Parts: sequence; C-alpha cells; structure tokens
Amino acid sequence: MTGGVGEPNAISIAFFLAFIALSLGITIWASRKMRTADHFYTAGRSVTALQNGLALAGDYMSAASFLGIAGLVALSGFDGLIYSIGWLVGWPIVMFLIAEPLRNLGRYTFADVLASRLRQVPIRIAAAIGSLAVISFYLIAQMVGAGNLIRLLFGLPYELAVVIVGAVMLVYVLFGGMIATTWVQIVKAVLLLTGAALLAGLVLARFAFNPLALFEEATRLYGDGVLSPGRLVTDPVDAISLGLALMLGTAGLPHILMRFYTVPDARTARTSVGYATAIIGCFYLLTFILGFGAMVIVGRPAITAVDAGGNMAAPLLAAGVGGTPFLGFISAVAFATILAVVAGLALSGAATLSHDLWVHVVRGGHSNPKEEFVVARLATVLLAVVSVVLGIAFKGQNVAYMVGLAFAIAASANFPALVLAIFWRRLTTAGAQWSMIVGTVSTLVLIYLSPAIQVDLLKAASAPFPLRNPGIITIPLSFAVAIIVSLLRPVASEEEGFVALERRLHLGVD
Amino acid sequence: MTRSLTALETVSAARWRIAVTLTVLMMAAYFGFILLVAFDKTLLATRLAPGLSLGMLLGAGVIVVAWVLTWVYVRWANNHYDRALAELRK
Repeated sequence: MTGGVGEPNAISIAFFLAFIALSLGITIWASRKMRTADHFYTAGRSVTALQNGLALAGDYMSAASFLGIAGLVALSGFDGLIYSIGWLVGWPIVMFLIAEPLRNLGRYTFADVLASRLRQVPIRIAAAIGSLAVISFYLIAQMVGAGNLIRLLFGLPYELAVVIVGAVMLVYVLFGGMIATTWVQIVKAVLLLTGAALLAGLVLARFAFNPLALFEEATRLYGDGVLSPGRLVTDPVDAISLGLALMLGTAGLPHILMRFYTVPDARTARTSVGYATAIIGCFYLLTFILGFGAMVIVGRPAITAVDAGGNMAAPLLAAGVGGTPFLGFISAVAFATILAVVAGLALSGAATLSHDLWVHVVRGGHSNPKEEFVVARLATVLLAVVSVVLGIAFKGQNVAYMVGLAFAIAASANFPALVLAIFWRRLTTAGAQWSMIVGTVSTLVLIYLSPAIQVDLLKAASAPFPLRNPGIITIPLSFAVAIIVSLLRPVASEEEGFVALERRLHLGVD
Repeated sequence: MTRSLTALETVSAARWRIAVTLTVLMMAAYFGFILLVAFDKTLLATRLAPGLSLGMLLGAGVIVVAWVLTWVYVRWANNHYDRALAELRK
C-alpha cells in the first residue's frame, strides 16, 4: 500500500518541476512590474477580493494543516476535528476586529497602525520583537517540516531539501516581491483545494457519496471511539488555553495581517476575509473526510509504518485511490504549499526589518523609498540564509509545538496592542510597548517551563509550569499590562490623537 | 458626557457594538464546544445515526456558526456601515 511513497517517482518530479516552472514564470512577470518598495510590500494595492481571499487561505493552509490534520484524524478520529475547528475560528475575529481598520490605518506592517497615533521608535522596536519572534518560530516549523516531508515524499536528503526550499523562496520574494508571492499563493491555494476535493471525491465515491457511510465503516474497523472525544483533550484549562492562542493568534500573524495592505480599500479587505473564511472552512471539512478515508482505505498500521506521526496519511490515501500519478500530484502540491507559505513569511519578516526597524528606527523616518527597497531586499536575503541555517540546526526536533508557540506569541504580543490601538482611546505608547514586550517574553518563558520543553524535550520528570500552551495566562497578562500602564501614566496628546485615528479608521485616508 | 455624539461617533459606536457582539457569539460557540469536549465526553459520544455522533454534528456546527457570523457581518457592513460612511463623506 505504501506504493511509491518515499521514492522519487517520475510523475511527482514532473508535477513538481511544472509547478516550479510556472511559479518562476510568475516571478519573471512580476519582476517587470515591481519597481518600488510599494510594489514589493503590497503588490501596488491592486489585488482583488477573491484573489486576496485565496492568498489569505493559501498563507494559512500550510502543509502542516493539510498533512498534519489528515494524519491526526486518521490516527485519532474525532479529536482531529478539535484542531480543524480551532484553526478556523480565528477568521471571524479577524473580520470583526482587525481587517478593515488595519487596511485604513496602515501602509506596510501592523506596527503602522500603532505608530499612527503613538511614538514611532519605541513602538516599532517592540512590534518588531514580537513579529520577528512569531516569524522565526513559524519559519523553523515550516523548514523542518519541509525537510522531513520532502525526504519522505521524494527521497531527497533533509539538508538538500531545506536548501532548495530556501533558494526557491528567495527567488520568489527577491525578484517578485508581493506580486509574485501573492500569485504563487493563489496558484497553490487553487491546487491544494482541487487536490483535496478530488481526493475526497475519490474516497466518497467508494461510499456512494455518503460521508456517514465512510464514518460508519471506520467505527466497524476501529470501534465506536473514533467518532467521540478521546484522550487528546484531557485538561480543560489547557484546551481553552490552546483554543485562545489559535483563535486570537490568527489575528496577530504578521504575514496574514500584511495581506490586507495589498487590496485597494476596506470594503475589498472585508469581502476577502469572507472568501478566506469560506475557503478555509471547506478545506478543513475536506481534511476530515481525508483523515477518515485514510483510516479506512489505507489503514492505521500502513500509515504509521511510513511515519509514526501520521503525516503521510494523505499522500498514502492518494496512492491508494488514484495510483502513482495522483500520489505524484498530491506530493507536488504539498511541496508547493511549503514554498508558498515560507515565501509569505519571509516577505513579512523583510517588511519588519526594513520598514519598521531600518526606516523608522535607524533612519528616524528619513529614508527615501529607493533605499527602503534596497534594504528590504537585503533583509530578504538575510532571512533566507537564517531560515536555511535554523532549518538545518533544528533537524529532528518536534515542530508541532513551534507552530503552537508562534500562535501563542502572536496572540499575546501582537493582538492585544493592535486591538487596543484600534478601539481604546486611552492607550499610550508605554502601555502598548510594555504589552508587546511582556507578551513576547512571558510566552517564551512559560513555554520553556512547560511540559512540552521540560518533559518531552529535556526529559525532566515534571515541569514547573503545568500548561502546554500559556495563552490563558499570557493573553490576559498582556492586555492587563497595556491597560494598567496606560491608566497610570495618561498622555493627553496621544488620547487626542485617537480622534484623528477614528476618522481614518472608518473613512480611510482622505 | 452631555454633549451630543457626532455622526462619526455614532457610526463608530454601532460598528464597535456589532463587532463585540459577533466576537462574543463566536467565542461562546467555540469555547462551549471545547468545554463539552473536556467535561462531557459521554454526551458527545451519543450516536444520532449510524456514522454520526453528537460531537461531530456540533463540531461541524461550529464551522457553520463561523460562516454564518461572518456572513452576518458582511451583510451588515455592506448595507448599513457602507451607507453611513457614504453619508459621512458627503
């Protein structure tokens, strides 16, 4: 049943090369249009609602969710659904609280929103610390995942796979900027959705297109337990803590937030989140069918024989229902997914380094656009090198907790300051700055003290901090710091600035 | 606060109200589901039909709630918020 998984097969390589050729074609086309820093960061603000909806969905649907959730459902049934839902419910929050204000108040990064009414330098530094921490952990998780995945899918050595991902990503971002990154993301999103839908269709065709018949077959093979909550959620506090981080972290991910600057206005931003929510919801419902399909058609022993974590469930299922050509297609789609997500992350990291740190901190806001463009591209090269080095350094590590960590930092460091800057008149520079710093540091410290690091990684008998996810402590803490510091030392001029902000928040730049 | 609200403040308050209401509804649906998973596993294991447990129905229901709330916001914004903003721009 393992039919070719882990061996380089001609069809998967052909599909993969076709994707690389197409995406490099897009990059060449994009490089002709890219002349300024504005194109580099925002694709000239000309992306339509459907395009941005697909690109947002593409940024969000990583290989980890495609392969990871399908595997989780295949191995633990119902419990996998808890994760799928957690990843989706952040999107309505993005819609209600963040998308339109962000579009109207900022230019390139979310720190622009805070800096529009607070003092530039301290805000930019604090926001950069939070953003770079999120981006680094997210990048490490993607790189390590990419190395493992490509080794399993194509049989390439881990290090070579990491270098290939770093190099191709560098080409996209460096030469094509946001225009190429957006279009690569759109192509990948369409491929991923088509692939997942085809795969689910082939599975359901065996069950007269009745998902319930598939689930019923699963209970016949593996017992009634597959349809009910198992052992994944045992501690309710930990479950809520993880839920908070997933829900609010989505609204604090720099590479997602940056996409709202690529559309022409707030109304387009709104519509694009509607598309993204619909697409991502469908995708997670599909992964659920794929997980149960793999459980029934491939079988749990065959899945764990290839990869103990279950990550190969979807590719094995593709081989099972569609043979080697379909396996090749799904493998190439998974690789494309990683490339696109890594490119989006690198671009948002470059924006933080060049726009927030170089232009507004080092040069005190007196940099010309030409210089910013050069610095942004140098930052991209730096990030590509760093991500390859980190990807190789973290080889063999369990990456699941790093994605959790990235979401926890995004929810604790970025989300509270951003939402308060938009909605709370009395927020001060010091309040926002300390909220972001305390949010980042407390999350890092509590994760270090948690069982995920102390017990699983360092093999200690117990951990000083009992929760695997610190969100339930660090998110309220970060809000509290912002509010208390702001109230203790009110700044009248910053409160007055809120009137102008409120006008721009709704009406945009006049 | 005796002064009358400006037109912008009225729009802002309306948007804030709907944003908070919808956010609270979304969180209630999601965390309600998580709490059921944590505290009443036997209830969620209840079989409604062959191949369908209450837990799966509610789980898919949370996704549907996310879609519906998002749709409600888009409808409200397209009809009411945009019109109020157009008035303000005049």
